[in-house]
Amino acid sequence: MEERIQEKLKILADAAKYDVSCTSSGSNRKNDGKGIGDTGSGICHTYTEDGRCVSLLKILLTNYCIYDCAFCVSRSSNDIKRAAFTVEEVVSLTMNFYRRNYIEGLFLSSGIFRDADYTMERMLRIVKKLRLEENFHGYIHLKTIPGASEDMVTEAGLYADRMSINLEMPTEVGLKLLAPDKSHTEVKRELGVIRAKTVQFDDERKLIKSTPRFVPAGQSTQMVIGATAETDRDIMQTADQYYKAFSLKRVYYSGYIPISTDNRMPIIGTPPPLIRENRLYQTDWLIRLYGFDVQEILNETHQHLDLDVDPKLSWALRNFHLFPIDINTAEYRLILRVPGIGIRSAQKIVAARRFGKLRIDQVKKIGISYNKAQYFIRCVDTPFQLNERDEQTVKQLILRTSQSKYLKNQFQQLSLF
Amino acid sequence: MIVYVYDGGFQGLLTAIFEAFARKQDVVKLTGESRFEPGFFDTSVRVRTESAKAERVWLGLQKKIGVEGQQRFYKAFLSEQAEVLQHLFKYAQYVFRNPDGYAENYGNDDVLAMAQAAQKVHREKHRMEAFVRFKKHQNGLFMATIYPDFNVLPLICQHFKDRYADQPWVIYDERRDYGIYYNGSTICEVVLASKPRALTEQDVMETGLDSHELLYTTLWKDYFQSTNITERKNKKLHLQHVPKRYWRYLTEKMA
Ligand code: SF4
Repeated sequence: MEERIQEKLKILADAAKYDVSCTSSGSNRKNDGKGIGDTGSGICHTYTEDGRCVSLLKILLTNYCIYDCAFCVSRSSNDIKRAAFTVEEVVSLTMNFYRRNYIEGLFLSSGIFRDADYTMERMLRIVKKLRLEENFHGYIHLKTIPGASEDMVTEAGLYADRMSINLEMPTEVGLKLLAPDKSHTEVKRELGVIRAKTVQFDDERKLIKSTPRFVPAGQSTQMVIGATAETDRDIMQTADQYYKAFSLKRVYYSGYIPISTDNRMPIIGTPPPLIRENRLYQTDWLIRLYGFDVQEILNETHQHLDLDVDPKLSWALRNFHLFPIDINTAEYRLILRVPGIGIRSAQKIVAARRFGKLRIDQVKKIGISYNKAQYFIRCVDTPFQLNERDEQTVKQLILRTSQSKYLKNQFQQLSLF
Repeated sequence: MIVYVYDGGFQGLLTAIFEAFARKQDVVKLTGESRFEPGFFDTSVRVRTESAKAERVWLGLQKKIGVEGQQRFYKAFLSEQAEVLQHLFKYAQYVFRNPDGYAENYGNDDVLAMAQAAQKVHREKHRMEAFVRFKKHQNGLFMATIYPDFNVLPLICQHFKDRYADQPWVIYDERRDYGIYYNGSTICEVVLASKPRALTEQDVMETGLDSHELLYTTLWKDYFQSTNITERKNKKLHLQHVPKRYWRYLTEKMA
């Protein structure tokens, strides 16, 4: 029995790991003082050897699947070991891991066994048992099953903190190529159902305080990057569109790791496009938190992100005429746009300059990456530069001083197409 | 140089700030009793901790820097580092002497040092909330040992109390040799008669672990392995997030 559960966990955790989301924040479920657990702190309990946060017990209910999506390890034509947890097993694993402070909660997803509703019904039983019988207030992320009935999806939303459904490929064309049974229309339908319910519950709560929370940590989705030929612009435009249309909390970008000999995709052994993935995340941040518009970073003339420098630096170099800005007078939103200055430092700068003009040594201490920022800002003691540098020189200067960070793993930068 | 020798506690620090203000001695070196080595040219002053004085300084700070500022001040104190304590001393003098709002002047060395120390301690508080690993014992008690750089137990106890409200637990700081114990309703400080050790599989019999403990330890280690994607291996990033000094009590990192 113990060996069996060990084997199941290996198989079903292994198959679930390609879903990169491990967020456990954004919800605020309080313990009633007698039960166990709470959410809201979004703790990463450990990190994998590839440096990803481990916050949730991320498993599939089963890796049996009736579909054959080419990009997926669990596809029906793949010759792998299959397993399925019982409802009780998932509940007991979650509780026992949680009580030992290994995890923040559960991320449950599943292959489609028999049909969508049959699978969804079991997932629903798990979340209900956790919440109602175990009095569990930790985090639950449910990946809904495409095509499951609206009733069941809605009911699950009463118990889960976050729900997600993956776009899988950045464009409908790409998806149809690799997974003819799937469509973005279906994804949109489900995201729409949850979105509408969330709005409805929020409205009701304005009138009746005790209205339960519905998917309090919101929805997210994931796209696989580099399995099909989309440009970075395609990817970020899709992301932006979904952020806006469905108020998504996050879009995840997962660099494709070749797992199939299917000749529609990169061959096995091709390194995953990690730098590209990282640049996409950086762009995502610029859009969500730094006040950039996608168009400013990716457009008709710039279809791909630079691999050798980050997107903020790349934007600043392309708009070199806007700099340098004066750190002592520029608006906060402009300071945010300086390469090497993050949100926290920008806030500190704006707070500190009220007490006197800031010098170079002060902004350095505040924690900006001066090495990068120096070409884009003026402090009160910045010397005047007689022959102004151009953007090419600046790029070279920055690259030279931060070689290790930018140029390592360069072999991975070769574009696949 | 005037040297203030105080008991090293939080109230002691606040009392020292009070004394310096009352005696108008602003250039003062602060030393904890245990670290005190009288220098030849120094005049030393013994600060006797008085809670009434400490209280007044604490309330004064609240007026100047708010509750959030107080929390940061306290966090910085828990770093237990001599330079930081000196900065805190000067920081308090600085905010008391200047109009409201100066606590945000990050151009000032003491303001910045206090913010940075508080940040560091806060980061470790976060880390400990993540890295505590309980082992269940036969008597139902969940036990964890930690070895943090800073004295973070006072900062993490509320978190664990809220979260594990229905199970008794102990978190023990081995470096400082004290722990906190939650019995299902309240928290108290404890010192163990015999020190706990990192548990190895052979220890299981003697230490009275729950019969399922080994199973869950193994499952967790397996899970940690399975969730890794070898194609993405990035040791540097891994170490940045989980520095080696924390490994000794992390179940997934034990042999
Ligand atoms: S339906 Fe889901 S689990 Fe099944 S093959 Fe497609 S992606 Fe994989």
